[in-house]
Amino acid sequence: MAMQKMSLAKGLNSGLRAAMEHDPKVLLMGEDVGKLGGVFRITEGLQKDFGEDRVVDTPLAESGIVGTAIGLALRGYRPVVEIQFDGFIYPAFDQIVAQLAKMHARSRGSLRLPIVIRVPFGGGIGAVEHHSESNEAYFAHTAGLRVVACSDPADAYWMIQQAIESDDPVMFYEPKRRYHERAEVDLDAGVRLGLHDARVVREGTQVTLLTYGPMVKTCLQAAAAAEQDGISLQVVDLRSLSPLDVDTITRVVKDTGRAIVVHEASTFLGMGAELAAEIQQECFHHLEAPVLRVGGYNIPYPPSRFEEEFLPGLDRILDAVDRSLAY
Amino acid sequence: MTDTHDVVVHHETVVAGTPLDITDGGPDMVQFVDGEGTRLERTPANTPYAEIVEAMEPADARSMYRDLVLVRRLDAEGHALQRQGELGLWPSLLGQEAAQVGSARAMAPHDYAFPGYREHGVAWCRGIQPEQLLALFRGVDHGGWSPQEMNYHLYTIVIGNQMLHATGYAMGVQRDGAVGTGDPERDTAVMAFTGDGGTAQGDFNEAMVFAGVANAPVVFFVQNNQWAISEPNYKQFRVPPYQRALGFGFPGIRVDGNDVLAVYAVTKMALDNARNGLGPTLIEAFTYRLGAHTTSDDPTKYRSAAEVDIWREKDPIKRMRGFITQKGYADEEFFAGVDKEADELAVRVRSACQNMPEPEQSRMFDEIYVDPHPLVDGEKATFLAYQAGFDQEGGH
Repeated sequence: MAMQKMSLAKGLNSGLRAAMEHDPKVLLMGEDVGKLGGVFRITEGLQKDFGEDRVVDTPLAESGIVGTAIGLALRGYRPVVEIQFDGFIYPAFDQIVAQLAKMHARSRGSLRLPIVIRVPFGGGIGAVEHHSESNEAYFAHTAGLRVVACSDPADAYWMIQQAIESDDPVMFYEPKRRYHERAEVDLDAGVRLGLHDARVVREGTQVTLLTYGPMVKTCLQAAAAAEQDGISLQVVDLRSLSPLDVDTITRVVKDTGRAIVVHEASTFLGMGAELAAEIQQECFHHLEAPVLRVGGYNIPYPPSRFEEEFLPGLDRILDAVDRSLAY
Repeated sequence: MTDTHDVVVHHETVVAGTPLDITDGGPDMVQFVDGEGTRLERTPANTPYAEIVEAMEPADARSMYRDLVLVRRLDAEGHALQRQGELGLWPSLLGQEAAQVGSARAMAPHDYAFPGYREHGVAWCRGIQPEQLLALFRGVDHGGWSPQEMNYHLYTIVIGNQMLHATGYAMGVQRDGAVGTGDPERDTAVMAFTGDGGTAQGDFNEAMVFAGVANAPVVFFVQNNQWAISEPNYKQFRVPPYQRALGFGFPGIRVDGNDVLAVYAVTKMALDNARNGLGPTLIEAFTYRLGAHTTSDDPTKYRSAAEVDIWREKDPIKRMRGFITQKGYADEEFFAGVDKEADELAVRVRSACQNMPEPEQSRMFDEIYVDPHPLVDGEKATFLAYQAGFDQEGGH
């Protein structure tokens, strides 16, 4: 049965299982990933089937998790690390940016660290502080890392396998508020998109929305709403933040002449800043309006009672569309 | 003297029965040779290791002495080359030769070591060539040798990071079934080196936790050289590093870091235990950094000449020479031969440094990623085109 309806969480679980079956060197590591299956149950059932040496319950120490994963990779293993929540990654920041990202270059290519760091990210689940952050820009800013985000069950299933196959370290962002969204996944389809290809998820002619992760669905909803008003929005799922698929991005923006970047992270020095700069460099003569950004405000992620206003929603996206079209 | 410069015991508070006296390693310290090189009697501390020392041949003692002298000369040349503008920085190992040579020589060729950035003596014993060592400090490379060929990881500048890498590597060794098989060619141990300052780092402590929980075949080797740049021991810890191991669930041993025989014996047993599946050990080599932290440092600002003089008397090379002489293991001709070899090494190091080729500038874009990365590839192309522009103008 090639087609299966599954949640994004199940897509990740199935993708991890496929990668572990394919390569005995693949290990899963993290706090609570074993019997519990992770706090979001992404690794559920895998320790039972692959054993404690391949699904490793680690001590509660993020730098230790990433640092020992580096050692395991140096010995020939392919660790897939789970960070429990976005806001818990900072103790591992040093190991990621000072060691993981640089060791291949530092060794002039003789060392490879094929490590995937899975980070459930973003808000919208009513969580307490440190559970709803979008810190992808820190890592996209660091050479040596690849940074990707999945947005739907099919991408979850295929992208996690591609990330594990990559010989480079990959920061793999998972939109936690979409974990339970379900869709058909063709398990026999094989990889149709490269790990770093952007994808047009909705065709449109007037304004291009560039987004990724949890905001893909929100942008699709905004596009559907706009259509009611006779406005045609194009939606692009970037999928990869480093490297950016600049060719696809500039091609589609040239078609519409208008671009809006939407993400949950704070806009100041966020991915939107880079995209706006790239687009004005590459598409200057095609633009009908300045590139606009819709993102989180430049404040710490607020208590959850504020998050509906903090996070980009349909109204703020459509307001930006109106501003873009007003030029 | 009216200030604290004549005070060498910085902190007399007794913690867990042990004063933090930076000149006296206390009764727990394993030692086989005194300051003059006289072989000591068995003590409760050194008895477990006595057989290892007694099994050593005169040739082993001579060759260890040779390593100590050559490593000191390599270090002196590195220091001089920095002063002459040939190197950007040099972290001296002066005074720590026995700690490094003794521990490195206890390793099997297939064991794997993770150094900090001062472990030139360990590098020497692993077969790293001087010019490979100098590349980092001359600024032509971040490394200089192949870690996988030498089983010696690249230097790690951020303090303590490598302790976790060693632990993870040892966890990989376990998964490979290369522990406790009884086959000395297969069973593998991992060593991680850091200093007393490194023991304050989170990564050091996380490495202890992970290694203890996993019972990983790793030996943590702390060179307590008494100073973390300008900060003395008592600014780093309240109990000596070796006493902390128990809290992580494995043995901690303090060894006289200036006694190469003792360091060798203690490390050999710890490595054998790791290879045999008995888990980690923390070794604290009680030693002293006779020089500056690096060539950027000025130790006269924070420590006394009196303290340094006390430690000069504990010199590891003088001690080993005394031991060999007293035992009749070598004659003056041997010592003269080693000195001559050291002179030749100095010339070789200097020449290797000065003749190191300048790197191709576009190389900085290479091997950032394994798979192609359009941004880096694009920047390299732009850089090459920019450089080519100068060539066409006939300049540059």
